[in-house]
Amino acid sequence: MLSLVVFLPLAVAVVLAVARRLPDAAARWTWLVLSAVEVVLVAAMWLRDPAPAASGLRFEERARWMPGVGSSYHVGLDGLSWPLLALTVVVFAACSVHSLTARERPRQQAALFCFLQTTCLGLFAAQDLILFFVFFDLSIVGMYFVISGWGHGDAGRSAVKFFLYTFLGSLALLLGFIGLYLAADPHTFDMVELTRAAPLEGGGAAGAAVLGAILLGLAVKTPTVPFHTWLPPAHTDAPAIGSAVLAGVLLKMGTYGFVRIAMPILPDAWRDWAWVVVAVGIVSVLYGALVALAQTDLKRMVAYTSVNHMGYVVLAVGAAGVVTGSAEQARQVALVGAVVQMVSHGLITAALFLLAGVLHDRAGTYDLARFGGLARPAPRYAALFAVAAFASLGLPGFSGFIAEFQVFTGSIATAPVTAVALLGILVTAALFLRAIQRLLTGEATGHSLGFGDLRVTELWSVAPLLLLSLLIGVFPAPLLEVVEPAAARLADLVGR
Amino acid sequence: MSTVDVTTATTATTATTANGAAGWALWALVALPALTGALLCAVSAFGQQRERRWAPGAAVAVLLAECALAVLAAVQRPSVSAGFLPFAPFALGVDGLAALVVPTVTAVALLVAVFAAADVDVARGRFHGLLLLFVAAVVVTATATTLPALLFAWEVMGATSYALIGFAWWQRHRVAAGDAAFLTTRCADLGLYLAVAAALAGGGGLALSDLPEASGGWRDVVAAGVLVAALGKAAQLPFSFWLSRAMEGPSPVSALLHSAAMVAMGGYLLLRVVPLLEATGWAATATAWIGVATAVLLGAVALAQRDLKQLLAASTAAQLGFVVLAAGVGSVSGGAAHLVAHAATKALLFLAAGAWLSALGTKQLHALRGVARRRRAVGVCATVGALSLAGVAPLSLWATKDELLAATLRTSGWLYAAGLLAAVLSAAYAGKVLVLIWRTAPRDVEREFETEEEGDRHVGRLEQVPLLVLAVPAAALGVVALPPVRQVLLRLLGEPGAPAPGAAELVVSAALALLTVAVVWRWGVPEPRWARDWLGLSRVVSAGVVRPTERLARVLARFDDHVLDRGVEGAAAATLHAARRLGRADTSVVDAGVQRVASAVRRLGSLARHPQTGQLHHYYVQAVAVLAAGAVLLLLVR
Repeated sequence: MLSLVVFLPLAVAVVLAVARRLPDAAARWTWLVLSAVEVVLVAAMWLRDPAPAASGLRFEERARWMPGVGSSYHVGLDGLSWPLLALTVVVFAACSVHSLTARERPRQQAALFCFLQTTCLGLFAAQDLILFFVFFDLSIVGMYFVISGWGHGDAGRSAVKFFLYTFLGSLALLLGFIGLYLAADPHTFDMVELTRAAPLEGGGAAGAAVLGAILLGLAVKTPTVPFHTWLPPAHTDAPAIGSAVLAGVLLKMGTYGFVRIAMPILPDAWRDWAWVVVAVGIVSVLYGALVALAQTDLKRMVAYTSVNHMGYVVLAVGAAGVVTGSAEQARQVALVGAVVQMVSHGLITAALFLLAGVLHDRAGTYDLARFGGLARPAPRYAALFAVAAFASLGLPGFSGFIAEFQVFTGSIATAPVTAVALLGILVTAALFLRAIQRLLTGEATGHSLGFGDLRVTELWSVAPLLLLSLLIGVFPAPLLEVVEPAAARLADLVGR
Repeated sequence: MSTVDVTTATTATTATTANGAAGWALWALVALPALTGALLCAVSAFGQQRERRWAPGAAVAVLLAECALAVLAAVQRPSVSAGFLPFAPFALGVDGLAALVVPTVTAVALLVAVFAAADVDVARGRFHGLLLLFVAAVVVTATATTLPALLFAWEVMGATSYALIGFAWWQRHRVAAGDAAFLTTRCADLGLYLAVAAALAGGGGLALSDLPEASGGWRDVVAAGVLVAALGKAAQLPFSFWLSRAMEGPSPVSALLHSAAMVAMGGYLLLRVVPLLEATGWAATATAWIGVATAVLLGAVALAQRDLKQLLAASTAAQLGFVVLAAGVGSVSGGAAHLVAHAATKALLFLAAGAWLSALGTKQLHALRGVARRRRAVGVCATVGALSLAGVAPLSLWATKDELLAATLRTSGWLYAAGLLAAVLSAAYAGKVLVLIWRTAPRDVEREFETEEEGDRHVGRLEQVPLLVLAVPAAALGVVALPPVRQVLLRLLGEPGAPAPGAAELVVSAALALLTVAVVWRWGVPEPRWARDWLGLSRVVSAGVVRPTERLARVLARFDDHVLDRGVEGAAAATLHAARRLGRADTSVVDAGVQRVASAVRRLGSLARHPQTGQLHHYYVQAVAVLAAGAVLLLLVR
């Protein structure tokens, strides 16, 4: 069942790629139907096995693949991967709705996104380091073609920068994986076995080196300061749906790696270096927010807020490694917050990037100064943008609050110094209010004159994302019930 | 292990109601305005027709039901709880304090909605939708019994008030005023985030009543965090300036936000956490002094204002200063009575200002000279409000103020003296309003109208009714602080032994108020220049916080582009450069070396051709030479 969910998009991608004479409309609808089927499949799986409270993996599948190097095709879901798998199908479904009006080579675009969807789903399901790595790299390849093929502005250059930077990061990751393989006895790439075996126990120089390599690779992908400079150009020049997938799903691969690989397999080294992670998290939160505040280009601004929002995740996973006395509960709260933040950021930022794309579609620019008073010609756009902005600044009632509130509560209770990151939500509030003020309010000027309001496909790609965020914000329990047992296990693993 | 407890805590997701039907009434009290408000907002944003004629009616109907539910909840005192976060449920409850405040809030909201039905004539769906959302947030704030539920509602209240203040989005300065309000209060709200974390770390529990149990230093952090958040919302020093900007909002918004709700909730929160403040010791003292300092200084600010709404705003901060003072000295009854009486009084005055603003197009006091003579109904209502605000006996604020000052006197004589000074200032600025609106106006006063907007020279019945209704509690609510009703209040709030003001105190304060109003009537008031600009707080924050932050942001952005990003680009360029150098080295060293070897071999080859002459005697000579060399070698080696 899980493999079907993972590889169905790939099969459709192959069909779309070879069926050269398929009409554009058919290609668009094929993609939409596929993504709807994926949503239904994942929902069915969720309903069939809603709360994996007991330990262990659900929907586990294992097959021989490369026995010589101790690597197998091993997939499965637990409370950490479930929410991200669900997030992936939702974000891709939103993109497929958004693309119903795509004009530029829709068949190839649909094929590429289906391929990309398989890489994302596969990565979150993977329980083997080599499998993880393969999907990790293939996602970079897929996104490279999305940016270079459908981007605008200086797309080629941004795509190359994105590819080389993140590819370099993935090499560091591979180095770390090989280190884990060599340290394990017997040699294996299997995550479950590695977690059980806990190679490099006691930390030490080897543990630090392996963790360092893995952290470097994940830090580039997340991205954290100072490895984030590929992100703004990649977003600015990517098409709207490319940005939505990049920010909504691909960035999560980095933070997911922290909780899936780095923490459970290297708990001792993680504890030793937790303060470094906390420091990087705090810097990312504050630096990302402040640099975002100075941007005049909407997409660059949202890109930098991603650095800020991912910083909360890094902060929380770092704090979860700061083991002081009896703060077990607080560390667990921080971890739950981190996972919820991944989902929340995926939903909200995907919505924001889709909305930013509308500006480019209508006026060919993201420059805030060239708009003003958009609420007059485009009231629906204004309403959704305002809602997305408030969701992103962490207003209670939306998922961002559930995430950030737990991140802060857990982190500050374990490591009080992290309270300084609270300033991040203040700066984020300032920058979104300023964006609303510049873009939506006042009398209509510049490109706002004659600006067409949201079309049906744009409305129905953005609104469901925000509605989901609202749903999680008001009724967080169903999501938290899935995340909590896994977070508790992880907190326990790191704390022992 | 705590992990297990946490897991079981969230599994209890279903709403648990402790008191059956009354519990559902409490949920309905929250859900009804929340859902209808969200619906109205959604319809106004996505519907086809912008002008929602039925929206005000729907809002008024909902708020009528809301008032009934509030009374029911106040009588039944239900408490409910639902699973929310693993470490804290979303718990609401109506205690004595909430039983007093929640009906007040809903009643004022209802009257404001009625007023707004006539006063707001654009985007009514959005206005009334936001109003209902705001009311829902206030109800949760007032009834929250755990910190996470409080923080949830607290921030939603801030966001909806932003949207209400910046309601007229097509005028950017109004939106900017909303920005200032939201950012200032959110800055203070960070205190609540900190308090939640400290409460969790302190191990005392996240219920408001458990906060004093937090261990050691964590309790101080909790108290400091809650205090800062409450001071921000209540527009106390040093956060007061946002309230001045917030006057850009529509008058009905000012009437609700700055009388019974938003601002009042700051003081209300402090009244709810009195045990926490007292447990730390320092927090109670700090609260009392900040409250009384705000009451005095903002009283002076009010005195200096020439714009009616600005005067009322400063007065709101000052009056909330009394409530905060009450919380600091532990007088819940005094604070609560003053809060409720002030809500009625100030809502009345703001609505009167709003009625004049839309009728005459101005809120400048100078232009409002004699307005009460010409518009008697509004004028008389406003007069009742102003007299109450002045503390003139037997109107409501006179008695409630003395109730809390009596407790203050038990704590500190200096605090009491400062409180009396603040009371005199209240009488002075209220007297200033009274004198101006009843003074004979010059014939050409109309020339000063319409400084803000076009006036329609008309105050409709829907606008007058709420004023008349509000005049009653503004005049009479003082009875709650006077025997025999006082005993009921004290029992309700659970402080039966609260010190009562002595007859002498009551007489002195009444006399002071009358005397001050009389002096103002006869000689006018000073308008301290240093206070006109709200003590320059806005400028200080702008120069000391906002601009440095923006500068830092720009510097960091430049650093990001010119150092970090260029570093990456530089590394890439250096790699390319190195590759090119290597490429050149490949040609000029490696390949050239190979070439040189090849040509040397070729030269050797051509040299080797020379001995091949084809003549036999040459070969013999070569053979002899080789043999001789071999013999020499053999000899040498041996």
